[in-house]
Parts: sequence; C-alpha cells; structure tokens
Amino acid sequence: MKILVTAKRVPDPEQKVKFKGNALDQSAVNWQLNQFDEYAVETALRLTEAGSGGARNAGDEVIVISIGPKDVQQQLRNTLAMGADKAVLVEGVDESLDSDIVARTLVKLVEKHKPDLVLMGKLAADSESNDVGQRLAGYLNWPQATFACTVEATDGGKALLVGREVDAGVETKKINLPAVLTVDLRVVLPNAVKGVKTGAAYQEGARYASLKGIMAAKKKPIEETTLAALGVDAAQKVKVTAVEAPPPRKAGIKVSSVQELVEKLHNEAKVI
Amino acid sequence: MANVLIVLEHADGHLRTASLPAVTFGKQAAEKSGGSLTLLLLGAHGKASAAADEASKLGAGEVLVAEHAGLEHFLAETYAPIVAQVAKEKGAGVVAATGTSFGKDLVPRIAAMLDAGMVADATAVLGPKTFRRAMMAGNVIATVEVSTNVVAATVRQTEFAPAQPGGAASPIGKVAVAAVDARGASFVSLSASKSERPELTEAKIVVSGGRGMREGKNFEQVAAVADLLGGAMGASRAACDAGMVPNDLQVGQTGKVVAPQLYVAIALSGAIQHLAGMKGSKVIAAINKDPEAPIFQVADYGLVGTWEQAIPQLIEEIKKLKAAQR
Repeated sequence: MKILVTAKRVPDPEQKVKFKGNALDQSAVNWQLNQFDEYAVETALRLTEAGSGGARNAGDEVIVISIGPKDVQQQLRNTLAMGADKAVLVEGVDESLDSDIVARTLVKLVEKHKPDLVLMGKLAADSESNDVGQRLAGYLNWPQATFACTVEATDGGKALLVGREVDAGVETKKINLPAVLTVDLRVVLPNAVKGVKTGAAYQEGARYASLKGIMAAKKKPIEETTLAALGVDAAQKVKVTAVEAPPPRKAGIKVSSVQELVEKLHNEAKVI
Repeated sequence: MANVLIVLEHADGHLRTASLPAVTFGKQAAEKSGGSLTLLLLGAHGKASAAADEASKLGAGEVLVAEHAGLEHFLAETYAPIVAQVAKEKGAGVVAATGTSFGKDLVPRIAAMLDAGMVADATAVLGPKTFRRAMMAGNVIATVEVSTNVVAATVRQTEFAPAQPGGAASPIGKVAVAAVDARGASFVSLSASKSERPELTEAKIVVSGGRGMREGKNFEQVAAVADLLGGAMGASRAACDAGMVPNDLQVGQTGKVVAPQLYVAIALSGAIQHLAGMKGSKVIAAINKDPEAPIFQVADYGLVGTWEQAIPQLIEEIKKLKAAQR
C-alpha cells in the first residue's frame, strides 16, 4: 500500500494566544506537528509494516506531505525518524492559504504519486476547519472515511474497514482503495489499526523516534516544491479578515462546601 | 440575490433537533442575501418524507425530499452529488448543515463539487458572505470572508437558537433521484450508544467527569448526579481515551461543543481543548481536589475537594432541594 500522509505544523495548543492588532502575534510561538497528523503518520506506519517497528512490507511506501514555510523541515524530519520513507515540502504561508488551496495541492500530488490512500488528521488544531480530506475526496471522486478510530485492511488489501466516531456512537464503513481517510484521537490505541499481513498489537499513542530512526531520517529525502511548480491556482476562496479574543468569562468564586455550592446554584445562579 | 439550502438530518420519521439551529442560520443567511430558504431531506423511500411535515412547519420557502433505496444509510459519497445538484437548480448561494458528524463529513465534499469556499463551524452570520467562527480551541474568534459564488458552511449548534414551528406550512416537493453511486464506499453497521438521558448537545444541564474518576464504574456516580438534575453526562478526552466511557460523551475541541445553562465538571482538570467545548456554558461549577486546576479559571463556582466526598453530598443536597420544591 502506498500512502500519502499530510502533516501540518501548528502552534503549541498549550501556549497562550497573542494578538497584534487585528492579527495573531506568532513571533514567539512554539511550532509542533498537529497531533492528529502525528496520529495519521502512526496509522500509516501500522498499515504498512510487519509488526510493531518492523520492516516496511515490500512495495509499501509512506510519503509525508506538508505545506508551509521551510522551517517545516523540522517536523517532516521527525515523521521520517518515526519511520516514514520520504517527505514533500510545498512552500507556502498559512495567511495566504485556505482549505481549498491545500486540497487542490493534494490533488496534484495524488496525480503525481498515485497513492492507494491519502491519510490525514481529522483537523488541524489551529484552523479547526475539518474539511480538507472531505474536499480532496470530493475533487478526486474517491470514497472517504472521516473521524477514524479503527482501521483494518480487508479484501487482500484492496479495501479498508473503518470504525468512525460519529455523534451516535461508532459507525463501521467500508471504503475501496484508493480512498481518503482522516483519523480521530482513538486511532492510536494498541489494537486500533490492523494491516493485511500483521495483527500486531502496538503501544498506546504515536511512537517516538528511535535513535536509529533519527539517524536514518538524516539520509531520507525531503523534496521541496512550490504551488506554482505544481500548477496550483493560489487564489484564496476564504480569507480571515480579522481575529479577536473571545470575551473573557467573569471571575468566579470558590465555595467552601457542597451545601454552599447547591445553595448558590439554586438561589443565585437559578440553574437548578 | 442568492438562495439558501439547508440539509436536515432525520431519524425514525422525525427531524433531529440538532438540525434546527441550522434552519435558524439559514433564515439569517437568506435575510442577508435577500433570497429564499429551501430545506432538503434525503433518505430511503418513505423515510425522508416522513419527517418532511415537521420540516414544513419551520417557516422555509420550500421543503424538498430526495428519496432512493440507495440513500437508506448516510454516505457522503451518495448524498453530496444530490445536494450539489439541488443547490445548482435552486440557485443556492449558501449550502449548509449543522456541524454534527453528519454535517462535517458531508458539507466539505459538497463544497468541492460546487467550487465553494467553506466556513466551518460558523458562529454568526455577519453578511451575505461574511461569517464569524471560532479557531484555536475557542481562543480566537475569526471573521472570514468568502469570495466564491457559493458559500458552504457547517453551523455551530450552540450558537443559533433552534428554529421553532409556526406560521403557514411550506410546500413540500420531490427531487427526482435517478441513480446513486457510492464510489466504492458502503455502510456496514452502527454500534449506537444507548442512553435514556438527554442528548449532550441539547441538554440544559451537563455533568461531566474527568480523568480523576479513575475508572469506568465510578462514572455511575457522575451519571447519578446527571440523572437527578435531568441532565446529560459528558466526559473529558482523558476519560474517553482511558476507555472509562464511550467516545461520544467527549466534550471539547475535538469532541462535542456544549453550551448548557449549567455545566458541572467533576474531577476534571480543564485542559485547553476541553474548555473549548464548554466555556460557552451559562454557569460553570467545578469540583476538583487540585486548587490550581485550570477548570477553576472558567468556573463561576469552584469547590476544592475530592469527588469521593463531594458526590454523595451533592446527591443528598440536590435531593433535599428537590423535596423542598415539591
């Protein structure tokens, strides 16, 4: 199975957001790989290797793609250290991109690399649009499975059986390959992903890069390209014209007992 | 002038209440653009039309029903082309649905088919093509402008009041569906979580437990508080990840966004991504043994203490209150 995985760098979600007038001040941001994308890389590795940390199945390949500034090399290098085979960096800055440009860039890369599967995090923790995978599937007219919590190769590797986290519970959907898959949080549980050849159980969470992996990653290629070179129209369909902080909640109080809590909720807040 | 098309969800012959805020969004969008509002339901023969009567009472210009045996189970692959087709026929400038797992799966695929810019999780309609939405775990409110002829949107359920029935009934029409093509996708099964409690996103009171509850069976006590208050039960990501409760109870940036009258957080630290899903609640009460827990920064009423001590007392006090109210 040949898999394209997308990886976006996002500001550390634990850092306080700073504003500069009508825009975000990202001068002191710690950039990191979007957690959902890290899980997507882990999912791709599990689908293509013989057991935990084992060798890549013959003919299988994991290519990680990022659209961002040159600095994203760092995050891409990390995914190579986890075990991905190679990476593609498409130069671009967030402010002049939107979900549609990203999706159409991926269309071009799909045409070039002809993968069996495009694997993505269900959303990026900064823009939270949760739409690129679905849009890409729409452009390609491929089947899609979003919010995956379990993934199992079936039909001799020609299809995936995907458990999807939906509002009502967990839905199982089958998608023939080629397809687009977006992953949710629980996909990194030990038994969540099963390849064709292995039913190996994994550690919980995405793997850390081993020292050997880090050394190997130095020799793996990161291909650099641009939107223009790929022939992508860079006109934005959606523009963020202003950002602001939400109104703060007014400071609350500490109560000293459960009795006082219930009394306040009843008499003061009048909510019970 | 551009018209507005809203896709509604239904089950067992009734509209899902989650869809009602999208109708309100649709009315606002239609007003801004001077167009008319069309509501669309899709499903197997007889299934979508069973819920169309309810939809016809919501004050839309028209209700359309698209039925075909191949539409029994929702698949973005089969639904998106039909919605896109109807949008073209109706001259829709806005196509939207509530941002449930259905809407989030479906709408972006429609956007691709209509070459539309998309607004995800819209929280306000500012103009025909200008909207507001939250980003970065609710810490940024963005104003976004769409430059395409068609705007695709998912609607944040908690930010628009549910549309109420009233007025003259809208005419109900049928969409001819010749064939459906699932593009190699198929629905296999749904393992639904069964609960007698109100839906998390619609409940007036939500009682949530966090990692501090330690194991699944302790959530019975969180549930007991929720039941006593007639509320829904929620949980933090940590509790869901640990398998204490099913994933569909997760409140947060990546789970469900709730905005009840009262949110009670028990043994829940309040990670940023959790706060993103509940800080729109009218009143927040928190019980946590750690006085430094971030949840206290958003809580209107905070009690420092263990759940082991607090929950039994809470149950007793609420019972007393309920008895006094009778």
